[in-house]
Amino acid sequence: MSTADNSKRKAPAGERVADYFDGRLGIYSLAKANMRKIFPDHWSFMLGEICLYSFIIIILTGVYLTLFFHPSMNEVHYHGSYVPMQGVLMSEAFASTLDISFDVRGGLLIRQIHHWAALIFVAGMVVHMMRVFFTGAFRKPREINWIFGFLLLVLGMFTGFTGYSLPDDLLSGTGVRFMQGAILSVPVVGTYLSFFLFGGEFPGGDFVARFYSIHILLLPGIMMGLLVAHLILVFYHKHTQFAGPGRTNNNVVGMPLLPVYMAKAGGFFFLVFGVIAAIAAIATINPIWALGPYRPDHVSTGAQPDWYMGMPEGLIRAMPGWEINLWGHTLVLGVFIPLVLFPLVLGAIAVWPFIEAWVTGDKREHHILDRPRNAPTRTAFGVAWIAEYMVLLIGGGNDMFAQYFHLSINAITWFVRIGFFAVPVIAFIVTKRICMGLQRRDHDKVLHGRETGIIKRLPHGEFIEVHEPLTQARLHTLTAHDQYKPAELGPLVDENGVERKAGRMEKLRVKLSKGFYAEGNQITKPTVDEYKEIQAGHGHH
Amino acid sequence: MKKLSARRRHPLAAVVVLLLALAATGGLYAAFAPAGKAQADETAQSLAIEEGQKLYAVGCASCHGSGGQGSSDGPSLVGVGSAAVDFQVSTGRMPAQQPGAQVPKKKNIYTQAQIDQLAAYIASLGAGPITPAAKQYDPAGADVAKGGELFRNNCAQCHNFTGEGGALTHGKYAPNLEDVTPKHVYEAMLTGPQNMPSFPDSTMPEKQKKDIIAYLQHVNGEKSVNPGGLKLGGLGPVSEGLFGWIFGLGALIAVAVWVAAHTAKAKKS
Repeated sequence: MSTADNSKRKAPAGERVADYFDGRLGIYSLAKANMRKIFPDHWSFMLGEICLYSFIIIILTGVYLTLFFHPSMNEVHYHGSYVPMQGVLMSEAFASTLDISFDVRGGLLIRQIHHWAALIFVAGMVVHMMRVFFTGAFRKPREINWIFGFLLLVLGMFTGFTGYSLPDDLLSGTGVRFMQGAILSVPVVGTYLSFFLFGGEFPGGDFVARFYSIHILLLPGIMMGLLVAHLILVFYHKHTQFAGPGRTNNNVVGMPLLPVYMAKAGGFFFLVFGVIAAIAAIATINPIWALGPYRPDHVSTGAQPDWYMGMPEGLIRAMPGWEINLWGHTLVLGVFIPLVLFPLVLGAIAVWPFIEAWVTGDKREHHILDRPRNAPTRTAFGVAWIAEYMVLLIGGGNDMFAQYFHLSINAITWFVRIGFFAVPVIAFIVTKRICMGLQRRDHDKVLHGRETGIIKRLPHGEFIEVHEPLTQARLHTLTAHDQYKPAELGPLVDENGVERKAGRMEKLRVKLSKGFYAEGNQITKPTVDEYKEIQAGHGHH
Repeated sequence: MKKLSARRRHPLAAVVVLLLALAATGGLYAAFAPAGKAQADETAQSLAIEEGQKLYAVGCASCHGSGGQGSSDGPSLVGVGSAAVDFQVSTGRMPAQQPGAQVPKKKNIYTQAQIDQLAAYIASLGAGPITPAAKQYDPAGADVAKGGELFRNNCAQCHNFTGEGGALTHGKYAPNLEDVTPKHVYEAMLTGPQNMPSFPDSTMPEKQKKDIIAYLQHVNGEKSVNPGGLKLGGLGPVSEGLFGWIFGLGALIAVAVWVAAHTAKAKKS
């Protein structure tokens, strides 16, 4: 009797709810497939999460701000609670931003969280991109995802720029004027583009409303799509991992999504939100009340864009003011050349994976990450790119550096002009040499063991340092990487004695490959035989 | 009358008229001039000038010349006025320590009395802007909002939105205006020290100068409030970017390292 009752008794509530949704959404098979999905553990794999979470924070705070912001350039006299602006003529956009800052409950904090999160979002993307770059995680099958990530960075920069322009304050207005100048410098179509974008002469009465649509709808919409695609691909490809015992190209070693990663990632979201909120509560960002409303006849010194636009700013500031006047037309090279260089400098990092894939000719999938030292040319290129970026950032903030380090602004500008060409080359050479040195050290460690720092005196008076052999796991980790052979130009005469001409691209590829992998550009890792031979002589040298 | 009219073309008539006119002017002057008081002032003034000249000979003459006429090392001081002397000396800029792109502010080594004596001496070389009285630069009751607009229109190009200062060419700079007293701000506007253009009352009336001083006191003074928290130097995006990278992203990476270091594994003991 009782057994029959039990079988008829209803399932627990949780199970019934799960069953309801499974019947309609098919969550069971989805959960079964993904609940045990494994993620490897490493702090640098969480950089992307910082970006994801700060993006979510930006959206949440941004929605709150839209409730109070008026994207209008109608002019009003301010009569809010901020005394130094009483009665000043300003656009509604600026007045409503003042209201958000001083008269909306929590408005200033939300504004500051929004802006700080934006700075951190773009900075996080750069660091995340560098992690992926230096560990070679962009290799097949992840090239498309690399491009998605790069597009997210570029779109993030422009979303940030349009958002920075919305309050219509004196600082951002100067930035918009700067952008308009760059558009005007484009030959032939520049003036048309500018008139189209601003609905007439600058500044006109339209751009805030237009930038608003772009900032809250167009760009974030595209970014959202790319972000979802980016995450789907991360799931689909599975996460990469560093080399180590038990880790191969065909497995992933780590913790399951549920419960471990759900808890970790969920908790990390709150930590990110907490840190950003704390920073927003501690430090001011973009105090538009101190900057004043934009008027085309006003300008302030120290007018800079947010950091992610400091690179193009640096290009413009360093560029000599060249121009060509012909037949009543002016070609402003001083602005146009930086405008062309901007995507080239930024894009140099994006095309690298394809150049590397072409040079190596490698068609295999790679799920094990490289240590940066084991790819010296790639690492050196990445560092050179960062160095170039830094030089341009210094150029973009040249007045600040002049003022606070008591330097001549002209000297800094000349440093940037020369450094633009010289610093990446120096950084490349230095980094490559450091990588080679580290490879040599690994080589020695594998063959001779770890230096213990214990000095032993032998009976006949000789001093030796005791070397401790590495564990099997360490040996594996240090020698797990592949090493490419430099490409050779194939035979130029076939078996029938017919000559063939090597194409220019083929020659270039061979040349690059030698530069990447030939003797002197990487240290050949120790072989098993070498290891055995040295160990047989018990490491005495 | 006929006699007088007949002799009006006499060769000595002009001399007689001249004598009469001179006597009349002299007599009128003697009657109306406040003789005694003028004399007393003259002595105090000339004493100050005399003392000022001594101070000048010690502290200033090596660059500006023995009589304020200027030299290759320093400009002429004829006509700079007492306001310029008061500004330059009491902010410690003069006497300058060494030539350079710009003479920096430093500790003032003169007493106010000595500065006034120096100012009196320089003012005696030629007329120029006069040291303002307290009621001229007192910002009480001035229009802060108007001052802000004036500041953004005339000053922010070099001194930044709220007077944090900025760089000029070849190592020159517009100084930070934090802690600069209203009197010195007024004098600087009046005289245009170093690279600064001057804003005499003819281009910027006293009331507008007061508005600007009131604005500066409000946004960059001792009592100014920063509603958003730390103002990070008030320099805008460069310092914000540095702060965001170092403290924002830095803290988040530290947190990431901490989270990654705590896995579900049993703790190693």
